[in-house]
Amino acid sequence: MKPATDAIAARTTLDDQALLTQELSRIAGQLAPGATAVVDMMRLSGGASQETWAFRAVGSAVDVGLILRRAPGGWRQADGAAGLETEAAVIRAAGARGVPVPEVMRVLTPEDGVGRGFITRRVEGETIARKILRDAEFAHARTFLAEQCGGILARIAKVDVAALPPLRLSPARQQLDDLLRRWRGMNLHKPVFELAFRWLAERCPPDPAQPVLVHGDFRNGNLIIGPDGVRAVLDWEIAHLGDPMEDLAWICVNSWRFGALDQPAGGFGSREQLFAGYEKAGGRKVDPQQVRFWEALGSLRWGIACTGMIDTFRSGLDAGVERAMIARRASETEIDLLNLIAPRA
Amino acid sequence: MQDEPTPQELLTAVAAWLRNELMPVAPADKVFHVRVAANAIDLALRQLAQAGQGEAAERGRLAALLRQDGDLATLNAALAAGIASGVVNADDPAVIDHLYATTLEKLSVDQPGYAAYRRAAGLEGGKTP
Repeated sequence: MKPATDAIAARTTLDDQALLTQELSRIAGQLAPGATAVVDMMRLSGGASQETWAFRAVGSAVDVGLILRRAPGGWRQADGAAGLETEAAVIRAAGARGVPVPEVMRVLTPEDGVGRGFITRRVEGETIARKILRDAEFAHARTFLAEQCGGILARIAKVDVAALPPLRLSPARQQLDDLLRRWRGMNLHKPVFELAFRWLAERCPPDPAQPVLVHGDFRNGNLIIGPDGVRAVLDWEIAHLGDPMEDLAWICVNSWRFGALDQPAGGFGSREQLFAGYEKAGGRKVDPQQVRFWEALGSLRWGIACTGMIDTFRSGLDAGVERAMIARRASETEIDLLNLIAPRA
Repeated sequence: MQDEPTPQELLTAVAAWLRNELMPVAPADKVFHVRVAANAIDLALRQLAQAGQGEAAERGRLAALLRQDGDLATLNAALAAGIASGVVNADDPAVIDHLYATTLEKLSVDQPGYAAYRRAAGLEGGKTP
């Protein structure tokens, strides 16, 4: 999960900026045919797990916008992430199956000298949910976005697993067990979360007979959208193998509706539109009760992540006000969980 | 007795200064953080304004549900443990009513603008604070 500062240009370390410009200029021709240098290197986000940089590869007749996704500081690897080389391979495999993705132009090698990561073409469009859900230029897109997302998720689920690099298998039971272990380790007391754990345990779907590719973070913020619809699916960092209902549910989690309560699919459409798009594109028949299970699991996971910010804040690891305030958003997921588990008329 | 202004007045003045004076001149990459800082002060002010009323009501409900006495943290932990072990029937409407009431009290301090809170609390259509 990314902090809300994502769209804001983080303060750039000048050394990194200069190093990336110098080293990537050496291989500019391999990033865009005819390019001789890279310019306008700008840090877009300072996530704990990945750095994102925007820049352009230019030559006498070339000017191409590119994006670098890189391990923090060049080399550090976040726990649980698939790994940047793996992520690039997943993006390529999904793209080959018709999923809209940014074209991977290069996977960094040690000889490139700027760390681990990969470079994609920059896709123009909007990722900020409030604009996509409210601005007039997206009004037409909002009529078909849910169905389109369903179709994209069906294509993700149909990516040939044999064409993918090794990915962790993460079915429902294992996710639920892992989350409960994490929650017990925090030694906190939230009756709503305990209610959710009980409700989920009683409804946990069996492990899928044929695990499929799951994006893992398919939602507003990770979709580049234009007036013509979804242009690219970003952030394949936590892609794994599992149950395709997980992705269908995650985009319905209330936290990603940004206030549009009655448009469960990303704040722009209905579950029926999302499921219809999924089935029409060849996805298997959707079981709404299983999607509801995954939606509650997603809400609970986000709620526990919010709660966990208390430790990050108090330990001094990140004593920023933003961390502290995210901890005070756990109650949002508590009302969302109650609405899912014990709805009131 | 401490002199005035009160803590509430001081915090209100700081939040107003952050929003009205600092935010317009803050560097682009700091505007968001100034807003978060002002929001944090607002949250603390809402909690101070409640003066523990919500938590007193929560403690009363817990004591009735669990038929035991104790401080809020102890009773809340007992309810959590009871739901986890099955000792407390989580389908009991009285338990669900308590969880809704407690969650809405928390959100009235934490995130009173959250759409799901406003609907559950019957505040829809009103002005977002």
